Formats: sequence, C-alpha cells, structure tokens
Amino acid sequence: MASSCRRPEHTAPPEVFYNEDEAKKYSQNSRMIEIQTQMSERAVELLSLPEGQACFLLDVGCGSGLSGDYLTEEGHYWVGVDISSAMLDVALDREVEGDLLLGDMGQGMPFRPGTFDGCISISALQWLCNADKRSHSPPKRLYTFFSTLYSSLARGSRAVFQLYPENSEQLELITSQAMRAGFSGGMVVDYPNSTKAKKFFLCLFAGGTGVLPKGLGSETSDRTVANQVQYSGQRCRFNNMKGKSVKKGRDWIMEKKDRRRRQGKNVRPDTKYTGRQRRPHF
Amino acid sequence: MKLLTHNMLTSHVKGVTKGYPLLIKATEVKVNEVDFNPKFVCRMIPKLEWSALVQAADQLGHREDLPGELVPDYEKNEDFLRKVHRVLLEVEVIEGCLQCPESGREFPISRGIPNMLLNEDEA
Repeated sequence: MASSCRRPEHTAPPEVFYNEDEAKKYSQNSRMIEIQTQMSERAVELLSLPEGQACFLLDVGCGSGLSGDYLTEEGHYWVGVDISSAMLDVALDREVEGDLLLGDMGQGMPFRPGTFDGCISISALQWLCNADKRSHSPPKRLYTFFSTLYSSLARGSRAVFQLYPENSEQLELITSQAMRAGFSGGMVVDYPNSTKAKKFFLCLFAGGTGVLPKGLGSETSDRTVANQVQYSGQRCRFNNMKGKSVKKGRDWIMEKKDRRRRQGKNVRPDTKYTGRQRRPHF
Repeated sequence: MKLLTHNMLTSHVKGVTKGYPLLIKATEVKVNEVDFNPKFVCRMIPKLEWSALVQAADQLGHREDLPGELVPDYEKNEDFLRKVHRVLLEVEVIEGCLQCPESGREFPISRGIPNMLLNEDEA
C-alpha cells in the first residue's frame, strides 16, 4: 500500500490519488509490481477458466496494466477500465496488449450483455466504498457496478476481486450488494492466519452453481471466512438488536406490555398463557 | 480502441435504453499487427453484432470487403477469419470520438482511450 499508516482511499478520490507520481511507482517499484503480479496470478487461478482457451476478459481498475500483462502472458484478450488517466498513460507507455477505457466503475460497466468470459479486479473495489462527492452513495454505486457487471458477463462465468476491506461492515456491504445484483459466491481468504500475507478475494459466480475454492494456507479450511461471510447476515440480525429481545418471543411481549403499562395504557394482566402459541385449528 | 471493444461497448448515459451501436467519428486510425489466433476469432464471432462491425469498419475505411451477412461455415474459412481478425484486433481508433445514437452524447477518444466518464447528472 502507498502509505503504511493511512489507507489511500482516505486521502483522496482515486482519480486524484493516482496522479503522475503515484502512477510512476507502478512502473518502477519492483516490489509493487511483484505483489500485483502475484495477486493477478491468484485471481486468474480462482477464475478457473477452461484450459488452453483464449478468453475475453475484463480488468476493472486495470491501472498501469500490470494485471493485464499477466493475462496477455496466459494468452487471453482483455479490456481494462480505470478512472485514473495518469495510470492509463503509464499503461500506454508500457504498451500493454489490452484495450483501455477511462471509466468510473460506480457509474456501471458500459458493455453489451454476455460479453466477457470473466472479470478480474486487483485492489480496486474498496475505492467504491467511499463517497467522494456529495452525489455519491456507496451502496447505490456498488449495486450499479455489480448489476451492470452481472449482465456483461457470460452465463456461468466468474468475477474475482482482490480487495483490502477496511472492516467487516465494509465487507458485508460489498457482498450484500453483489448478492442483490444476482451473483452467488463469497469470500476466499488466503493465509488467514498471517497478518501480512493475508489476502481477500471476493469470488462471484454469474449464474450457474459453483463451489467456492478454498483459500491458500488454511489447514482448518472448514472454518474459512467463506462460511463466515455467508452467514454474517444472520448473525447481524441479532447483533443489531443491541440487547433487545427477539421479536415475537415471550420476553419481547412482556417488555412491550411493561412499556405500555408505564405509559398508562390499558394492558391485559400477565398470565401463564402470555406469549404462548395457540393450539392448531383446522 | 479496437473494433472488438467498440462492438461490445454501449452508451450508459442515464435514460438511454439501447445506446448501441456507438457512432465512430475518427480523426486518426492506426493498424497494429497482432498475432493471428483463429480459435479466438472463431469464438468471438457468435458474440459479435455483425452489422455493427461491418458498419464500423466501413466508417473507418477498413472494411476489407467483409460480407454484409455472416458467412455460414466460417470456422474452416481461414481467409475470412484473417479478414475478421484484421478488422477486430488490428484496426485501432487513436483519436476521435464515439457518439451515443440515442442521446447524442459524445465520448472523446484520446491516445486510443475512450473517455466513458459521465457527468453527475448523467449517471
């Protein structure tokens, strides 16, 4: 990451943050290049494309085209979208093979339905979670992005996003919007027990049922975050109650009756039948 | 921008329902040699909107005498695949603009990169 103490998305919007200076790092800093290439390799592996077939792929947040280089190496054709023109200029100077577009992922992907055989994105999705303008609403922009992406992907294809989530709420916002748009799938976490090597991949399936791949370096893979995220909605239903009882339960009814009594309203007395279910009637 | 990308690109301005095909107004066109991959071209042909491709190639003056209708058994016709390959992957628009057929909105192309960013009222 650019600065060790602060997240780049907190400093400025992407089109401002990735200026000429920042873009230059992506063509010169060998460590950055190595990490980006490694992550692209893993993302393509997670895409599980048919062996020995040239595919037409989308690279969202392609930047200087480091991930695209790997796609070209693998013999695929790709289209890259990025919001920073400085990064795209670097990509032009590096003479990448893929076609480039200047676009904002939050405004949707301008492609015909069923165009791509897959989509990868390296460290770009977390930028969508920030509202950089007054008109920006992260959930709405995420939904626009995912729904247009869903339609531009061929049935049965996958989209893999490497991302640096800030916290679990952000992760949940992203996954819930993806599911709303029609995707299935979840998170794959590589090396979950390491702070530095830990990498999050959001692995989404457009139509068709796929089995979520296992994360690397997780021996107890039954308990990967993949499962945790899938059920986080259910856990949150109770977490959000903040000490309140489950709705429609006996405790909830008692609390409600107490409250109404305190308000001086006419409330039926509590008996052993309070909050009990009625016997079944035919 | 290659014509393959152009064939897939639609206008996503708010309120536009189809926005396809985008009109090309090119001021500079370049031909870039790319390795010929018959398998890939074969795979892409069913995904293409053929009439839009022929029209775009015509506008750029690189039609390479492509037929107006798709020939039936193109898999074995290497000559035809080479022509399609040339139009799809080698002809590139460097400068110019794309115009949405519905709203008339223009997307400028500079150094081969179309600018698809929308203004706030268009998103």
